[in-house]
Amino acid sequence: MSGYLSIRNLTVRLKGGATILRDVSLNVGAGQVHGLVGESGAGKSMIGKAVLGTLPRALEVVSGQIVLDGTDLQTLPPKERRRRIGASAALIPQDPLTALNPSKRIGPQITRRLVDILGWPKVAAEARALELLEEVHIPDPVRVMRSYPHELSGGMRQRILIASAFAAEPKLIIADEPTTALDVTVQKQILRLISEMQARHDTALLFVTHDLGVVSKVCDTLSVLYAGKVVEEANMHRFFMRPIHPYSAALLAATPTYTNPTGSLTPVPQAVIDGVEREVAEHDMRAAP
Amino acid sequence: MMYEVRDLRLSFPDMAHKPLIGAAPRLEVLKGVSFDVHKGAVLGIVGGSGSGKSTLGRAMLRLLEPTGGTISFDGTDITHMGEDQLRGMRKRFQMIFQDPMSSLNPRRRVGGIIAGPLRLQGLDGLPGRVDEALDMVGLPRGFAQRYPHELSGGQRQRVGIARAIALRPDFILADEIVSGLDVSSQAQVLNLLGELVRDLGLTLAFISHDLSVIRRLCNRVLVLHHGEVVEEGATAALFDAPQAAYTRELLGAIPLPDPHQPWG
Repeated sequence: MSGYLSIRNLTVRLKGGATILRDVSLNVGAGQVHGLVGESGAGKSMIGKAVLGTLPRALEVVSGQIVLDGTDLQTLPPKERRRRIGASAALIPQDPLTALNPSKRIGPQITRRLVDILGWPKVAAEARALELLEEVHIPDPVRVMRSYPHELSGGMRQRILIASAFAAEPKLIIADEPTTALDVTVQKQILRLISEMQARHDTALLFVTHDLGVVSKVCDTLSVLYAGKVVEEANMHRFFMRPIHPYSAALLAATPTYTNPTGSLTPVPQAVIDGVEREVAEHDMRAAP
Repeated sequence: MMYEVRDLRLSFPDMAHKPLIGAAPRLEVLKGVSFDVHKGAVLGIVGGSGSGKSTLGRAMLRLLEPTGGTISFDGTDITHMGEDQLRGMRKRFQMIFQDPMSSLNPRRRVGGIIAGPLRLQGLDGLPGRVDEALDMVGLPRGFAQRYPHELSGGQRQRVGIARAIALRPDFILADEIVSGLDVSSQAQVLNLLGELVRDLGLTLAFISHDLSVIRRLCNRVLVLHHGEVVEEGATAALFDAPQAAYTRELLGAIPLPDPHQPWG
């Protein structure tokens, strides 16, 4: 089965050094939400960056394919590749304060992509921006278009980045920990908004998070990563009922929930870490020439 | 009673709205907060960002001076106590900070970091006390020779805990100490803190935005909202039957790792 985004056997390495992603494969169908879960350093953000072509310069794609809408991006010349990604994919970043330019008003920051990259007329882009701000439930969008980022709350800024991600009707959106910096009550509103927008626009969504609770609310399927390797790929309901990989089960057991006060919290056992480390080592042995 | 806090008020000058000439308007962060902390209690302080929970914690340790109300620590009024007298008190209340990377001096070894407050209090036998503190937080004694950047996030947070308990304080304030950690190190640090509270007979105030973590560790909970206490009570009762609308809103917003949770 191949989806709108299909990653096949992707291996990414630090130039002349450590392996960051190990043979990662996954599919996200049109209108589907796929979660990428793992602890820090597992490589979940790097998958998103590899798709968007924004990997740090020190990293390189060693092998594998990233197929977007039937085209293998690696086979395209760089300029064409960037054009293709820019036209069909967008990012909702983690920190809405650093993602917005503090010295520019909101309006031009949303319309810039439409005008400069996609060649829309300025008036049409502004009308579209207003429409989007309304769609993400921002009160008084005309005033917000003229505001600077510091005049708005964190939740409001994240709404603007969501509007901006959907501006050019991308077929794929990558959300990289979009609610980590927000309060739980605001997080809930933003997660609902992302789900609502994703469903209405029928977008494929790759959702990167460390929070298993968040994944269970927004995703249809998920991949669990450890040291750049997918240890389990699953449908959401099956995963939370019956995680198959011991590392997935250990992650679930280590997550505190307020509904289970007496159940003791089990840190990921050393035996599980050793087991998954062994899998990674065996994988590297096979991959070595 | 470890702490008696009555009608605590704290305000800062709001420099963002200061007129060119004249005094800045005051920004009220704590608007009359009252509560008690019993000896041996583990009090969770929860609230959204900007609710004043960190300011409250810092006022309790007198890192900030209140602008109104009183704080008494173990029967002594410390509301406006001078720095000279406070220094003697400080070995009885200690703090663990949120971000161990910025609260541990990168140029000092772990041993020196833990010994710092001991030296300030004029204690002797430092190497032995450092070893003992490392033992208590489950780090090898050899870690005394390492630098913070050589440790993982969870290990660094253990060093922060070791520095706080090395003085054998009566009270510890932990401000969002697990929010930067992965779930597996978070579980280890929470379990460790639970054990230390039990073994050393500590009184603990645990500031967090995460109610799941609070339920796991604390026996009482204080919910702050816009600088006011909206609810205070025993953990089980508060979670089973939250009284304040804001507490219910907070609880309802937590995404549980369960796709069947009704989540509106």
